[in-house]
Amino acid sequence: MSEKNEVIKNTKITKKDMLQTFFFENFQQASFNYERIHALAFCVDMIPTIKRVYHKKEDQVAALKRHLTFFNVTPAVCGPVVGVTMAMEEAKSDGEDIDEGTINSLKIGLMGPLCGVGDPLIWGTLRPITAAIGASLALNGSVAGPILFFVAFNAVRLALKWYGLKYGFQKGLDIVHDLSGNLLPKLTEGATVLGLFVMGVLVTKWTSINVPLVVSSTTANGKTVVTTVQDILDQLCPGLLALGLTFLMMHFLKKKVNPIVLIFALFAVGIVGYGLGILA
Amino acid sequence: MTISTLQIVLIFIFSCICGAGSVLDEFQTHRPLIACTIVGLILGDPTKGIILGGTLELIALGWMNIGAAQSPDSALASVISTILVVVGNQSIQEGIAIALPVAAAGQVLTVFARTITVAFQHAADKAAEDANFNKIIALHFSALFVQALRVAIPSTLVAAYVSPTMVQNMLDAIPDVVTGGLTVAGGMIVVVGYAMVLNMMYVKYLMPFFFLGFILGGYLDFSLLAFGGIGLILAIVYVQLNPNFAKPQAAAATSAGTVADDELDDELDD
Repeated sequence: MSEKNEVIKNTKITKKDMLQTFFFENFQQASFNYERIHALAFCVDMIPTIKRVYHKKEDQVAALKRHLTFFNVTPAVCGPVVGVTMAMEEAKSDGEDIDEGTINSLKIGLMGPLCGVGDPLIWGTLRPITAAIGASLALNGSVAGPILFFVAFNAVRLALKWYGLKYGFQKGLDIVHDLSGNLLPKLTEGATVLGLFVMGVLVTKWTSINVPLVVSSTTANGKTVVTTVQDILDQLCPGLLALGLTFLMMHFLKKKVNPIVLIFALFAVGIVGYGLGILA
Repeated sequence: MTISTLQIVLIFIFSCICGAGSVLDEFQTHRPLIACTIVGLILGDPTKGIILGGTLELIALGWMNIGAAQSPDSALASVISTILVVVGNQSIQEGIAIALPVAAAGQVLTVFARTITVAFQHAADKAAEDANFNKIIALHFSALFVQALRVAIPSTLVAAYVSPTMVQNMLDAIPDVVTGGLTVAGGMIVVVGYAMVLNMMYVKYLMPFFFLGFILGGYLDFSLLAFGGIGLILAIVYVQLNPNFAKPQAAAATSAGTVADDELDDELDD
């Protein structure tokens, strides 16, 4: 471990290289393609390092080719993989016994756990929550909505990218040990609790379904009390129909039905329901 | 209203950013909340843009790109629906009805663009043979331009040729039962987005937190920000109290203790 720290202390990678890599990291999906997903992006991320540590053309060619292989990780959490790969490339250029296979298998090995935390953290929690809070302000026409969403989401995302990159680079191979510790499952579970809780709130608060079918209409003391299906459902618990509909949609999505098909199916339900007077 | 040349140019530039942003998924310029707001601003009606953005954002909450799968196209949908709503002076509900078919069409264009970029990947393989760094970087960013044009071309065409009467005639052709039904459906289709997020997040033993949110949300009149705060506190307390996370440390402490004890015993034995 102490040996690794010495390598990092004497790093050839400059601050400028780090910043350049950080800049490229913000274009992780620019050349998204169905064949190798983020392969070209990862190679571009590595270019500042490759230029810095390898000077012979054949070494550069080999390194470039090494990083043009399949790569795919939630863009916001790509930092640690890029960082650790930079550290390994530098060690390799210093003559340490690291072969291509080690570098590749480390990249592949980190993809799984990082996607495992990145997807629920970013797409399941951070974005839906910041977007929903922003949207709730925007519905009243407040410009604070879009601004809040943009600033909050990007502040977290950029911090993850920059500190992730530094963390990966400083830790080098130790990162594998670190990641197998408690940090990732803690983050994933915490994000899931927060995400699920807020989704529960959204299902009941931001869905509007109204069934105005009249169940009974009683006249007492000259006042007419009309009870609709919706009134009865709301007395049981507000939002029950929305909850049922959400679970139904989850079921169809699990059966691989395209979300756009479901959206149009609900359009059809809305039109028919409105036409028959069941929905309003 | 009619659109000036300057506005068309600005829409072209912004829809390029928006299209690039939708594949990058970094700065979120392709999300309705941002895209509708900016298009509204360009066309001189930011408030309508913001409200439409907020409405569409809730519908698109679960639209996400995970792995190789991609979502309906929120970039194209946001830009085109805002143009039609502002220029044609239409209501927000009308905007939803316009946005969703456009999002579906955009999804097809996205698949097309991501297939084209395979060629850029292969060109980069060739450039790597010569260690041509700049060419690799250039290829990477040119692929982004394909994605920018994917949104910019259709959006600019709509901006250039749309007229208020055209939008009005188009929407007048839709019978009343359909517009009313679409308004009703607008309140329901948000659940598809929720379902997408929930399916990704689904952990059976954590579902009580979902139901807690559901019940509290039904009875308490808090803002969403306040609910977010409660959720964050719940998450932190849950992680702190969870014995699964406490165990390894405790185990390490005990094992360390045992080793120390053993050593002490050994010394005592000596």
